Amino acid sequence: MLAYIVRRLLFLPVVLLALALLVFSLSMLLTPTQRLALYCPDPSHMKGGIEHARALIELYGLDDPFYAQFGRWMGNIIRGNLGWSASASMPVGRALIELLPATAELALLALVPLVLGGIWLGTKAATHHNGIIDHSIRVFTILGWSFPDYVFGLIALMVFYGWLGWFPSGRLSQWAVLEVASGGFRAYTGMNIADAILNGNGRVLLDALRHLVLPVITLSYVWWAALVRIMRSSMLETLHQDYVQTARAKGLRERVVQNRHARRNALLPATTMAGIIAAHLMGGLVITETVFDYYGLGQFAARAAQNLDFPAVLGFALYFAVILVVVNLVVDVLYACLDPRVRLE
Amino acid sequence: MKTLKYLLRNPLSLMGTVLLLCFIAIGGLAPVLTERQPYQTSPYEMPRDGFWQRPQGPSASHIFGTTQGQYDIFYGVVWGTRTAFKIGLGVVVIGAVVGTIVGSIGVFYGGLLGEVLMRAVDVFMSFPFLIAAMVITTILGKGLYQMMIALISFSWMEYARLIRSEIVHIKEMEYVQAARASGVGDLRLILRHILPNSFFPVLVQASMNTGSMVLTAAALSFLGVGTEPGYADWGQLISMARNWIVGTPGNPFAYWYTLVYPGLAIFLFVLAWNLVGDALRDILDPRFRGAPRV
Repeated sequence: MLAYIVRRLLFLPVVLLALALLVFSLSMLLTPTQRLALYCPDPSHMKGGIEHARALIELYGLDDPFYAQFGRWMGNIIRGNLGWSASASMPVGRALIELLPATAELALLALVPLVLGGIWLGTKAATHHNGIIDHSIRVFTILGWSFPDYVFGLIALMVFYGWLGWFPSGRLSQWAVLEVASGGFRAYTGMNIADAILNGNGRVLLDALRHLVLPVITLSYVWWAALVRIMRSSMLETLHQDYVQTARAKGLRERVVQNRHARRNALLPATTMAGIIAAHLMGGLVITETVFDYYGLGQFAARAAQNLDFPAVLGFALYFAVILVVVNLVVDVLYACLDPRVRLE
Repeated sequence: MKTLKYLLRNPLSLMGTVLLLCFIAIGGLAPVLTERQPYQTSPYEMPRDGFWQRPQGPSASHIFGTTQGQYDIFYGVVWGTRTAFKIGLGVVVIGAVVGTIVGSIGVFYGGLLGEVLMRAVDVFMSFPFLIAAMVITTILGKGLYQMMIALISFSWMEYARLIRSEIVHIKEMEYVQAARASGVGDLRLILRHILPNSFFPVLVQASMNTGSMVLTAAALSFLGVGTEPGYADWGQLISMARNWIVGTPGNPFAYWYTLVYPGLAIFLFVLAWNLVGDALRDILDPRFRGAPRV
């Protein structure tokens, strides 16, 4: 198994290199002047005027052949310098590290109702196959699957923020932002909930939770269908296996048969799906973060893309690729642990 | 025929089919349903009744009201149907064709070329889709076709993978060996013998993806990198509604119409495709065909 893990991880640098090449090729679709303009929007306002722009293109080698520019760029990245993000006004590496906790907090919190609820709903649908419960669950999830997250989020804001005033948008209230930034509050993880608990600060904890309720509900609802659908069909399949019939024939109670015998094995395909969902959530919740004005990696990446901030786009893409590979690997290993028939080779 | 029967028998897929037909009717009848203004340079340009920011509620002349900038919501929703069909079908059909070609070449010729193509699929797949589409649309500039190019460039891979796994199986089947033994050429073998037998999964996937492509396109518009301002497009109408979700004091839902009508349109459109796609999968996917009934 160790050899398998190492081999999978060795493949990672190849993907990262290819991704870098892809992003760099995208940036080369622009002319040297356009690429200069990404950093100084109006060269005629520069000290040296338009003439100076020419000199800058020369200085930074924006006119060099493709391989020379790519080599220089890669050289910097390999030395750990991901470049400067113009849209976030800070180095890309620092932006990724600072924003990761925000996205991780939201993603991890959303995974709890998503996975638990998804498994529960999927099992219920399968055990009541073709009954009223099954149909209701199918309708409920397919409605969620068709709901655009931005529409669902905006409606949720309209009701719970505009009308009831219960759950505001943003990540923290103004006073809480000041409190978190103050000297008395130590940031251990950067995740507000964890930090508030570690600091024993109930007020900040409550405020952070209030801001997380709507995005978590939105994410759960629009993603449930994927998990419920897989859980349902795998549970249906398992319920018809011979060993489940045997368990029934032994006279075990139906609850025990369903929960102990069938569901455990039916969980396997759902594990894969949960992994895929987890990778997507960790990979930035562009829309959800934008709708709820929650500043995390998703909004960072969206701003970078709109402003053609290529170093930031690449930084984000590399981060996403790492997450994908790691999460897939974790799922594979978990799968092998759960199912002894699977051998990783 | 059997497919059609199933579509009409199951209540959920019947609903999907009916919804889809309604949208086709709305899109087809768009010039009849709406009135064109003399100053419009294209029917896809939403007419506006002034330049005020504040949306105006439904009235006799604007039955769905006007949104930010006084664009007529009814006109936008009706013509947006055509935009949605263009995006959904255009992106999915071209993406599926490109993916099928790449996938077939990749598996049929195997070797180094196939390996390189399939690794390219891996790399494209590990690029965050929405961000990639945003970058390309930003480079190409706002517009419907630019957006479609962006969506196609990062959505063909799924079909390539799917067709590859299908062909790997079919390639080894006896009838293919027989055809090859009787001297059928490569191209003919692929086009006449292999593809027709491996195309159903792609078709199912494509119908499932049509709705989600429209969702993603609207998301691009929502994020501000979609169609040109004023273009009849549901995503743009929703993004205009974003500034008005908090109503006036005493009336929290004062501007509900700016969000509800375009939101409902896109929701029902995606729902229709999902229901139809789901039914198609049940019919065509052999793994679900003989599913045990309790």
